[in-house]
Parts: sequence; structure tokens; C-alpha cells
Amino acid sequence: MFYREAGDFKTSYLQDGQTFPIRFDRYRYYAVLAFGFLVVPFIINDYWANAILLPFLIYAIAAVGLNILTGYCGQVSLGTGGFMAVGAYACYKLMTAFPEVSMFIHVILAGGVTALVGVLFGLPSLRIKGFYLAVATLAAQFFLVWLFNRVPWFYNYSASGQISAPERDVFGIILTGPNAPAWATYLFCLIFLTLAGLIARNLTRGTVGRSWMAIRDMDIAAEIIGVNPLKAKMTAFAVSSFFVGISGALFFSIYLGAVEVGEAFGIQKSFLVLFMVIIGGLGSIFGSFAGAAFLVVLPVVLKLLGVDLLGWPTDIVAHFQLVIVGALIIVFLVLEPHGIAQLWRVVKEKLRLWPFPH
Amino acid sequence: MLDQAEGYITDDGRKIGGVVMEMKNITLRFGGVVAIKDISFDIREGEIRAIIGPNGAGKSSMLNVISGFYVPSEGEVWFRGEKRPPMRPYEIARQGIARTFQNIALFEGMSVLDNVMTGRLTQMKSGLFSQALWKGKAEAEEIANREIVEQVIDFLEIQHIRKTPVARLPYGLKKRVELARALAAQPKLLLLDEPMAGMNVEEKEDMCRFILDVNDEFGTTIALIEHDMGVVMDLSDRVVVMDYGKKIGDGPPDEVRNNPDVIDAYLGVAHD
Repeated sequence: MFYREAGDFKTSYLQDGQTFPIRFDRYRYYAVLAFGFLVVPFIINDYWANAILLPFLIYAIAAVGLNILTGYCGQVSLGTGGFMAVGAYACYKLMTAFPEVSMFIHVILAGGVTALVGVLFGLPSLRIKGFYLAVATLAAQFFLVWLFNRVPWFYNYSASGQISAPERDVFGIILTGPNAPAWATYLFCLIFLTLAGLIARNLTRGTVGRSWMAIRDMDIAAEIIGVNPLKAKMTAFAVSSFFVGISGALFFSIYLGAVEVGEAFGIQKSFLVLFMVIIGGLGSIFGSFAGAAFLVVLPVVLKLLGVDLLGWPTDIVAHFQLVIVGALIIVFLVLEPHGIAQLWRVVKEKLRLWPFPH
Repeated sequence: MLDQAEGYITDDGRKIGGVVMEMKNITLRFGGVVAIKDISFDIREGEIRAIIGPNGAGKSSMLNVISGFYVPSEGEVWFRGEKRPPMRPYEIARQGIARTFQNIALFEGMSVLDNVMTGRLTQMKSGLFSQALWKGKAEAEEIANREIVEQVIDFLEIQHIRKTPVARLPYGLKKRVELARALAAQPKLLLLDEPMAGMNVEEKEDMCRFILDVNDEFGTTIALIEHDMGVVMDLSDRVVVMDYGKKIGDGPPDEVRNNPDVIDAYLGVAHD
């Protein structure tokens, strides 16, 4: 019934390679984009922005980044938190050094700085893989957090050792600090997420994406058919870190406003984003979105259920929340190891035929 | 019949050119084990060259030396008139040597189309930014290479599984997709490591037909390892026979078939 390719003829290779080859899917995607850009900004309030939408948008960017590295190129990384911190501190230094420059440029440059750092810490991947690479990136995580704690230049010698975002704007619209309107911060992050999604999709469906996936699936064969492993792995680290850096910059400047590095970008952040990618589905852009949504919305829903509906004390609910989220992750991974993206693929297959059995 | 510089004409009228690849006194050691012992042979343009021998004779090692996966301990590899300097395998692929593997080495997580497209990676040069925007050079390059890939897909008759993930395919088709991936690179020298291993008679016949067609239509030079003697004797123009890392025979199939050393190696020899 839905998602049927019947009657939807492709007459060029360009059409055949497009992101949403099925017409129904394409229109649904346009509808979601239009709703996100044109409707949500008018109905958004501070609670929705801070509790759900901003964290979802920002984590989704990080998840897209990590998915490129781990899901598409097969290089396990536990350094996501550290790379987010690089993005955040780069953004902070840029914001304080060039106050008159647009936030857009700061955030993108922060991503660029993170890409360079990512390539540097990605170099061990040329010799080691799997668990050993995970340990090497873990070293990056701890080193970067230590660096930002210990070198006062990074936090501009502030007494608290924290960094806090000064008020900055884009075209006169305030984006950071306590006076920023919810719709502006939301739109700003949404633009970055949309761009990240588009770029990630374009890269993964083309030449670079194929060399990443070739390295992931069988690195020796990939090299023999002509993939330069150095180039493939380094571009994966660069692009991945670019997105993770942007997400870190937004997380600090737009969402939190003030950051203590060990707390905001610690090892638990690395694991959170890794869980998002695994639960959403490795090697799927949609999966990164779904995983981020799942792990951002689930705690909020559990809190609403426990505190508001059942009237339990907040601290008990907070603990239960951890237990339930953890249990759900295990149950989910046992039932569907390929994540929400795979679940969605199965649903689509079923919808093709629905309501008929064959 | 065999002219050193000019090449020769086969019985069925195909013209075989000069030497494309020459292995000079190749020796390959792994620690104390000598896998290949001082072997020399050449491969001529447009010919189908077979490497045969009993298990453990060093055939696959020889193919790995040609494709650059192993660097020979001693000896020289000459490709198209030039001595090959030490190179990474992907650089050798860029010179126009493509191969298939004994145990299928396809990228299981990708579709057939994407797998065959990876064969074109050596030819695709658009930059990261162009690809990120999917405009200009990246798009044009994708379409141009897709056309070549579609020709290969048509040629090998795998149109119907174009969008199928490779992991879902049966063994025989996987072998064919792997051949497609190697062909997509439009190689000057195609190496096939046991292209018919584990196939039934019909699949073998199909594969033989494809190998002959490739050689016939594109003039591709092919070097292959195969255990099925009927296939080898029918397909190949010249045969190298290896045993325990040494070359024990080299020449046209008929000559090799009657070589006493070869018969000993295959049938065993009485030790009394």
C-alpha cells in the first residue's frame, strides 16, 4: 500500500541514486522538514526547547558524526565526549576572541578545529583496530578533558575553571546567553542538523562512502581493489569529528551556556552518543536521528510518567529512570541488534504489501 | 608458434601480444618456510594464463605477489615494461591489476551495485567538498562511472540482483558479483583465484563462458588459478605448473599434459 515502487519509474541514474527513491517517502520527508522549519518555531516554548528539542537536535548531530566513523567506516571510537569538548572550547575561544563575527562561522570553524584534532587522534587507526582502537580513542577522551582542565588558556584564566558563553547573535537575533528566544536557538540547531544530515547522506552514497564501507566490511580486500586506507580512514575521522565538534559547540554555547568540562564532556557522554548510534542503527543516517530521539525522549517520558502521573518522589524516579533506560537498551538490542533503522526497514517492507499478506 | 617479441596466433585465431607481466626469479619466504622458490614466467597480452598445481604448491602466494599483497623476498616483477618498485596494494590496483579471491571477499554490508561501484574507485577523483554537495564533478563522475558499471552488470547478467544486499546472495552469484567488481575496474590484467571453486557444473559452464567472453570482447589479459583440469585445459592458452613452490612445467596445455614431472606431481610417483 505504502512505500511501493510500482509506477514510480526512474529514467536516469541520477533519479535512481536519489536519497528517497520512493515518491511517498520523499513527500513525507518534505512534510517533516516543512513542519520543523515553519510550524514548530511558532509553537515552541522554553520547556520543549530545553527538555527535548535542543538536546535531540544537538545529540543527533553528534550521532550522525559518530555513525560515519563507527557505522560506516567501522572504526570504534570512545572519544566522542572529548571531541565535543574540543568543539565547545574552540567555539568559546573564537566567541571571546572575535565577538563581532557571526555565530554561524564560529560554530563551523569549531567543527573544523575538531576535524583536525580528530585526524590527529585517528592516526593510530592505521595500525590498530577493534577493541584496541577503542582504547586508543579512550585515551583521547581522557587526555582532552585533562587538557581543558589543566591549561588555563583554554578557559581564558577564569577563576572557576568553567567556560560560559557570552551573548552572541546572528543577524541581530540573540542566540546565546539567558535572553536567547527558544525559537531562535531551535532554528539555529535545526539548520545545522539539516545540513549535517544532507552532507552525511551525500558523502555516504558516493565515492567516499563506498570506500568507508569497503574498509569496514573487509579492509584487506578494500586495499587490494584500490582503496587507499590512509585516506579513507582519515576522511572518516575528519568528517566525523567535524560533526561531533559542531555538536559540542552547540551543546556548550546554545544549550548549556556554561560548561565544566569533566561534567559535560566526560566519558559518559561518549557512551551516550555510542548508545544512540547502536540503538538507532549502525550505518544509517536515519538511525542516528532515531537513536538520539530515543535516548533524549525516553528519560523525559519516564519522568512525566513517574512524577506527574504516579506522584512518586523525584529522586526515586531519577534512579528508576536509569534502571529502566538501561533495561530497555538491553531488551531492545536482544530483540533487534541492528537498531531502530532496521526495525523501520522491516516496517516499510510490511507496509508495501499491507493490508494483503503477500 | 611462440615468438618471443611479437607474440603468437592461437589455434582459434586470437592474436596474443607481447609480454605484459614478467616474473623474474621470484622467491617468497615466510620465516623458514619457502612458499615460492625461484620461479620465472611471463604473461602475454590478451592471453589466458593458468597457474595450476597440487594443494600448497604456492599458487595463491604467486597471485598475491602479482597483486602486490605479498612483496617477494627475492626477484623482480616487471609490469608493462617497467620494474615494479615497492608499492602498496592500492597503488598496484591503480596500475590496472584487478583480482578476485578464493574465499569471496565482497563487502557484505553493501548492495551488489555498490560493490561493483567500488571497482571504479580507482578512477573516481572528485573531492570531498564536491561530494558533500553532490553537485558538479561528483555528480557527473558518479553518473559516468555508473554507466560503465551498468555495462558490466549487463554483461554478467546480474541485472535482477542489482539492489540486493550481497549478504543475501547464493554462493555462485557472489562469485559472479566479485568478477563484476574486478571487471568494473577495466583492468589490464585480471587475476582470478579459483573462480570455479565450489560450483556445480552449470555454474562452472556459466563462469567459463564469462571468462572467455571477457577475454574475447575486451581483450583482457587473464591469469587464473583453477583445480578443475578440464576447465584449465580448455580455457587457457598457456599453463604454469607449480609443485612445492617450484615450477615444474610451463607451456601450452597439451605440452603440459604430457610432461612427466607434471604427471608425477598430480598422480604421485612410485618410490621403490
